Amino acid sequence: MSLSVKHLLGIKELTAQDIEQIFQTADNFKQVLQRPIKKVPTLRDTTIANVFFENSTRTRISFELAERRLGADVVNFAASGSSVSKGETLVDTVNNILAMKVDMVVMRHSASGAPWFLAENIDARIINAGDGINEHPTQALLDAYSIRERLGSIKGRRICIIGDIMHSRVALSNIYCLNKLGAEVMVAGPPTLIPKHIEGLGVRVEYDIKKALLWCEVANVLRIQLERQHKPLFSTLREYAIYYGINKQTLDSLGKEIVIMHPGPINRGVELNSDVANSKQSIILDQVENGVAIRMAVIYLFSGKVGIDE
Amino acid sequence: MKILLDHTQLNITLQRLAHQLIENHVSFTDTAIIGIQPRGVWFSNRIAGIIKDITGYKHIDYGKLDITFYRDDVHTSGNIQVPSQTDVPFSIEGRNVILIDDVLHTGRTIRAAMDALVDFGRPSNVELMVLIDRRFSREVPIQPDYTGQTIDSIMTQKVKVYWAEKDNKDEVVLIDQ
Repeated sequence: MSLSVKHLLGIKELTAQDIEQIFQTADNFKQVLQRPIKKVPTLRDTTIANVFFENSTRTRISFELAERRLGADVVNFAASGSSVSKGETLVDTVNNILAMKVDMVVMRHSASGAPWFLAENIDARIINAGDGINEHPTQALLDAYSIRERLGSIKGRRICIIGDIMHSRVALSNIYCLNKLGAEVMVAGPPTLIPKHIEGLGVRVEYDIKKALLWCEVANVLRIQLERQHKPLFSTLREYAIYYGINKQTLDSLGKEIVIMHPGPINRGVELNSDVANSKQSIILDQVENGVAIRMAVIYLFSGKVGIDE
Repeated sequence: MKILLDHTQLNITLQRLAHQLIENHVSFTDTAIIGIQPRGVWFSNRIAGIIKDITGYKHIDYGKLDITFYRDDVHTSGNIQVPSQTDVPFSIEGRNVILIDDVLHTGRTIRAAMDALVDFGRPSNVELMVLIDRRFSREVPIQPDYTGQTIDSIMTQKVKVYWAEKDNKDEVVLIDQ
């Protein structure tokens, strides 16, 4: 067995078989996480650096937990308070970390494409933990895995991604992932937050949130990323909440039960109301739980040492 | 190629091994059987079935253990191994555990299995049953308590176990490579 790629840079480069293999391995790790001792010694010979040039709570903790539960040694690096602020380049920073004998780098960076640049320039396995507005592959994997767990399958399911599609790496990775697994994908939100020509990726576009919800079986609601919006794309958060926010009333009026997802962190009262986020239809906390199993699977499967199996 | 056990011999051996377990463990209330994934499970399925047939017990504690994550060759054997299912739906704390695998060779799989086992609890004792014991090829000091057949073989040879459930025949052969 082997995956078709050496690094997890983006879902775009994976095959459906790769994704299926990651899911099957995650099933095994999910079982490990139910045991009294939630830890295996598999990667006790591996050191992993978590290099985060951008803020993150959930993803970094999830990766770190996954790494520790696989028995790996972990070093954490955050850009703030490091030599990056003194003008060190990305390659230099990472090479310095690698000189301390690190086997794998999990990286988040605000520049789209940074993990590809790194994979070409350094000699270690790279896992992309989010790059700019490009991809966030492990989030898409855990989203698809959570849908598969809730609905039993992904092929042919109707899944709608709602909100700030333009600035969302979660949206792009989800579109690639769900398309590869045979789902029907729709994106919905205000026209200013949906990129032109996104139909080229094989998705439907809807600007009316009610119509979108009536169409779909699963709604993956994204966070409004104010930190990435450098010009006003809608007038106020209140207006967004009125036209595109999802509340219990909207859901009850659909006449069917749809699954609600959110990659977090939630802006409660903006894209999702608390009564929806906390409802039985929401699998938001399952997503977080599955995140650890998915990241364990990814780290395990990509952990082959550079050079040994090439 | 040499046939070590044909259909009849294999089934006589399975009956004997099941009887030996019953002789030592009688009621099976303090005993659990655990087959090692992937290949040991075909063997342990048979043993568990025969024990139930002979004793008439409706239930014995029987689980399956995957040891992929406990191997000591994760990064030296080339490809990353795909794990199988682990299913141990009972407590092993303070119980007698019988580990079952089809072929005992270097002993490294059983070493990993014991590591995996203690993550589920502390058994009062652990025994090992194997169908074929390739003695003289051990790399760690592990010996079976119940053995189907002991054979002398060299490293380049391979023992192949066929089960009717998946291979349409019951047979154990020694292959020269």
